[in-house]
Amino acid sequence: MRERPLTRNIRPGRPPPDLAATLRVGGYQAARRALTRMDPAAVIAEVAASGLRGRGGAGFPTGRKWSLLPKAEDRRPRVLVVNADEMEPGTFKDRLLLEGDPHQIIEGALISAFAIGAGTATIFLRAEYTLAAQALAAAIAEAEAGGWLGRDILGSGFSLELRLHVSAGRYICGEETALLSSLEGRRAIPRAKPPYPAASGLWGDPTVVNNVETIANVPHIVANGAEWFRGLARGADGGTKIYGASGRVKRPGAWELPMGTTIREIVEDHAGGMRAGYRLRGLLPGGASTDFLLAEHLDVAMDFASVEKAGSRLGTGTMIILDDRTCPVAMVHNLERFFARESCGWCTPCRDGLPWVERILAAIEAGDGQPDDLALLAWHTQALGPGRTFCAHAPGAMEPLQSGLKHFRADFERHIAEGGCPWK
Amino acid sequence: MEMTVQISIDGRAVTVAAGDNLLRACLSLGYDLPYFCWHPALGSVGACRQCAVKQIHGDGDRRSGRIVMACMTPVAEGMRIAIADPEARAFRAGVIEWLMTNHPHDCPVCPEGGECHLQDMTVMTGHVRRRYRFTKRTFRNQYLGPFLQHEMNRCIACYRCVRFYRDYAGGRDFDVFATHRDVYFGRHADGVLDSEFAGNLAEICPTGVFTDKPLETDYARKWDLRGAPSLCVHCGLGCNTTVNARAGRLRRVLNRYHPAVNGYFLCDRGRFGHGFTTSGQRLRAPLLRGRPVPPDQALARISDILAQGTAIGIGSPRASLEANFALRHLVGPANFHLGLPAAEARQMAAIRRITAGPVTIAPISEAERADAVLVLGEDLPNTAPRLALALRQAVREGSFVFAETLGIPRWHEAAVRTAAQPVRSPLIVATPAATRLDDVAARAARLAPDDIARLGFAIAHALDGGAPAVPGLPADLAALAEDAARALAEAHRPLVVTGTGCASSAVIEAAANITLALHRRGRPGARFHPVVPACNSQGLALMGGRSLDDALAALAAGTAETLIALETDLYRCAAAADVDTALAAARHVIVLDQVRTPTTDRADIILPAAAFAEADGTLVSNEGRAQRFVQAFVPAGAIRESWRWLRDAGIAAGRPDFAGWTGLDEVTAACAHHLPDMAAIVGAAPPASFRIAGARIAREPSRTSGRTALAAEISVHEAKPPDDPDTPLAFTMEGYYGPMPPALLPYAWAPGWNSVQAINKFQQEVGGDLLGGPPGCRLIEPRPDATASYGGGVPAAFAARAGQWLIVPMHEVFGSDELSRLAPAVAERVPAPYLALADGDAARLGLGEGDAVILELAGASLSLTARIGLGLPGGLAGLFPALPALPAWGIVAKGSALA
Repeated sequence: MRERPLTRNIRPGRPPPDLAATLRVGGYQAARRALTRMDPAAVIAEVAASGLRGRGGAGFPTGRKWSLLPKAEDRRPRVLVVNADEMEPGTFKDRLLLEGDPHQIIEGALISAFAIGAGTATIFLRAEYTLAAQALAAAIAEAEAGGWLGRDILGSGFSLELRLHVSAGRYICGEETALLSSLEGRRAIPRAKPPYPAASGLWGDPTVVNNVETIANVPHIVANGAEWFRGLARGADGGTKIYGASGRVKRPGAWELPMGTTIREIVEDHAGGMRAGYRLRGLLPGGASTDFLLAEHLDVAMDFASVEKAGSRLGTGTMIILDDRTCPVAMVHNLERFFARESCGWCTPCRDGLPWVERILAAIEAGDGQPDDLALLAWHTQALGPGRTFCAHAPGAMEPLQSGLKHFRADFERHIAEGGCPWK
Repeated sequence: MEMTVQISIDGRAVTVAAGDNLLRACLSLGYDLPYFCWHPALGSVGACRQCAVKQIHGDGDRRSGRIVMACMTPVAEGMRIAIADPEARAFRAGVIEWLMTNHPHDCPVCPEGGECHLQDMTVMTGHVRRRYRFTKRTFRNQYLGPFLQHEMNRCIACYRCVRFYRDYAGGRDFDVFATHRDVYFGRHADGVLDSEFAGNLAEICPTGVFTDKPLETDYARKWDLRGAPSLCVHCGLGCNTTVNARAGRLRRVLNRYHPAVNGYFLCDRGRFGHGFTTSGQRLRAPLLRGRPVPPDQALARISDILAQGTAIGIGSPRASLEANFALRHLVGPANFHLGLPAAEARQMAAIRRITAGPVTIAPISEAERADAVLVLGEDLPNTAPRLALALRQAVREGSFVFAETLGIPRWHEAAVRTAAQPVRSPLIVATPAATRLDDVAARAARLAPDDIARLGFAIAHALDGGAPAVPGLPADLAALAEDAARALAEAHRPLVVTGTGCASSAVIEAAANITLALHRRGRPGARFHPVVPACNSQGLALMGGRSLDDALAALAAGTAETLIALETDLYRCAAAADVDTALAAARHVIVLDQVRTPTTDRADIILPAAAFAEADGTLVSNEGRAQRFVQAFVPAGAIRESWRWLRDAGIAAGRPDFAGWTGLDEVTAACAHHLPDMAAIVGAAPPASFRIAGARIAREPSRTSGRTALAAEISVHEAKPPDDPDTPLAFTMEGYYGPMPPALLPYAWAPGWNSVQAINKFQQEVGGDLLGGPPGCRLIEPRPDATASYGGGVPAAFAARAGQWLIVPMHEVFGSDELSRLAPAVAERVPAPYLALADGDAARLGLGEGDAVILELAGASLSLTARIGLGLPGGLAGLFPALPALPAWGIVAKGSALA
């Protein structure tokens, strides 16, 4: 049977396992092993060897991220932050883990904090995830009562205070430095890098920010070893991945599959293929801020390198599918409206460029497009590119636009030429 | 020596300061690279993305480069940069185009028009054609008080305002609200901005969101405003200003950059206090027993009076050296008295003993870099606001050092603030009442003046056992003294600030012991800063003279018949009864002043004196820097410089020695000649004979318009412009404008740079020294070989008295200064007279905040409102406005009890 370590305890529609149930199925044994039989360097080495890459979208190798923290001579306290601010449109993989198995996240946070020497850890949770907030709060209370959090855990001398922080609800808080600003009670504005959080993070202290799914993998790597973890995947990147699909497929949802599963398998086998009368026209492979792929890319493996080679990004691995009866201009407009609204307002290109893009798209969709509009949109895809804006928000917003203009150009031109949306 | 690196800009090899950011390096080299969010005093945050350049990799060509933000990019050896790169240029034009999607393009009706950084940068990038065809976002504006106009639609969201107001100046009632393109900069609701530095937003804002509100009631464009380099006359710090006038009226005051003094910022007293020059209190004609007379008639009368008997003069700490010297010369040194309260004269003498010693007086720029600061007795935000602003930055000194250990450069503003959040350099404040610096102070102690002095003496003793000890110090004060001594001893650049603010010589003596103890412990970086009340207090102290009490006694006793009072309201200097007696006994009272005062009301002859912008002269600041202020315009009517009135009086009286004083230079030279301490003042600015390319410097920009229209209702013929015998500046647009000695700079402008940020072009490095060196000359330098010894006057501990309160002075940035409070805009900010009480004392008296309270003091009964919550120790009460005889014991009662 296929191994699915991350979701093995999750029973959809049923409450998550409590501490007793978690312990019965071997939960916290990895934490016991790490805290009592390993030193932090060994944990970091194991995670580095596993090939685990960040599951929040950027795919930075987790072991390397941890080893970027300053040397022990730096006396500042270290901080772990679990990024549970899952707000990427079309993405709901972390929700599955948070609601379905909160103790797995706590155990992951415990081992990760031990590895980096953090005495405090914070889970930064999306405002709307109220079920997850309840589940996490209950699980944290259980873990504290059971001695899995707090002072001198398992007599190891290691102590961890784990806090749950519920966001006030901005997409930009998912950007790790905006998240830190927000946690400090400041405006959720990203920070200039360098310095990276490893050097100067929460309250200026050395900080690691990891995604929920990343953290969830850590106990399994510690329990079963890097070799096992690599063996779970089909390609170079280790482990499993929670893939998802939304759009007009027969069974939208999320599934834990070997890293490197092809798009075709995900869409056809797990999502059940397109609904009757709909054809797949394109897809955003990893959330709203990734480039469109087309039907010709169905056999691309969903791992970091393969998706990039195909012209997009793995992102969160949860895809949004565009069918042949939906207007691609309207879809892109909908996305850009979201990105314009969620701009934090700090840098000029994003703050003032995205609303312009959004208005042009609205005009095209409404039949008020002008011939020069496509050139203006294309200019924005360049001018809002990486390095020109303060953070990755606007460049991410440009990915569906630039690929939409490339792949669906005829649709845009028809809107302008015909003075309206052909789908309406 | 400063480390440098070689980089290449557009193919040209240049040398820049190592560790700098690329934007500052480019601007300092004279390149026109547009920017908004960066400011030399606020550092880099990378928000506006306007300063994009291309960084070229290795030996590659342009195509291999990538766009970087110059302000966020550290210079590095061998770095190759292209400003002229087409892709970078297009991006910079694009940034303007984005900003313009919301900017209302209302330049013709915008008060910033013609001196707008946004206009300048727009032209610089070449963006000319609008492609955005959708609606602009609009906002509701706020009422922000009497100083600033708010027009949010013009906002380009550079975040400078909020960074200055909150991060730099410590204000709390202003912020940025909302997100995305709706970001809004203002208060949570309409209301007066609290911060005494709010007016700087008019210069910090790169466009017309925050503009000078008083100017808008009497508006003129920058190109129509005549300028002159001037000085702030509203406290002792000597901040440099640019004064702007048109049609014979002073319109506004702007900051004039001085690297060692005010840098880029003024306080609102200094920026808006000039309104007294056009207030209803202004004196405009000579008055003989209340009747306007021609100047010659007034002078003839004075000539008669001077022939009759002994005249004594009372000089003024708010008048120029030249005016004071002219009076001293007219009445003779033996008859020249200092227009200071007796206690203040003693405090100035105590300060003089410190400044004659081995420790250097810190200019504000050095105070800003102090790494440990002790403030003894001085409510700096109210008595020396610009210094308080500097100390707010000094508190960050340790954080820059800490950030450096993480490889974060000083200019990387947000990163420094994030990385070094808990790190602060120690600031210790000991004052009778709470101050607006307390929020960044490591320790803030509320003590009676004598206890502040005892604390200071104890700190000195802790630093050097040779300094006298303080017997019977309570344990908490002893511990504070130890902590303060340790903080000062561990610092590289410790600073002690004290002054006349709490009206205690003992406090100053204590500060003297501390500075001497630091010196004896071998701290060459130790500095001292004396806070004095008026713009020329230090100058008057250097000049010296007899006490005011002597003058009043001589008049009362009849040994002197005539009093000539120069720009002094005697009722602010001595008890009213004593002044009444002296003035009643005097046969003739001659007063020169700019405004009506209770003293002018008692004068036989009043001569209308020119205000700072209408006159030239020299003032000596807290730090002992002699600086020249230059006339902006010739006032209408018979208003003249005080020194000119006194010269003319001397000539009228037949004194040949006055005949040679044809211009200011001769007066300055005579002053320097007669007073050796003043020898250097002739060098404070170039003389009237100074010319560049044979020409005077033009006070008016070359685009000045309406010369013949201004007085067209009188005559359409253009009047001959006035001559200026006192300075090398011309009153018109005819003359030289360009590189010049900065003490003469009438306004800042350079091609393509019409806003205040044109000052970049007059600096050696942006935010650094001025081309031509810092204006002014320091008269008070340390004497390392001075034989100073510790003072031993440790006072007894303050003991509260049953049924009585020790009344100490309270200072208000808006209200304590004699002249600025007459400005209509400032007057709106002056609090009602109040008595500040300890919370416990107020409770016992049954008084709450704002309740009516009666103070019986020296036989008078004052009706005041009660203020609580300022932390005063029990038995002490603070009076605003202060009286000259403080501190003194008084009786306090609930208002209704006596009413």
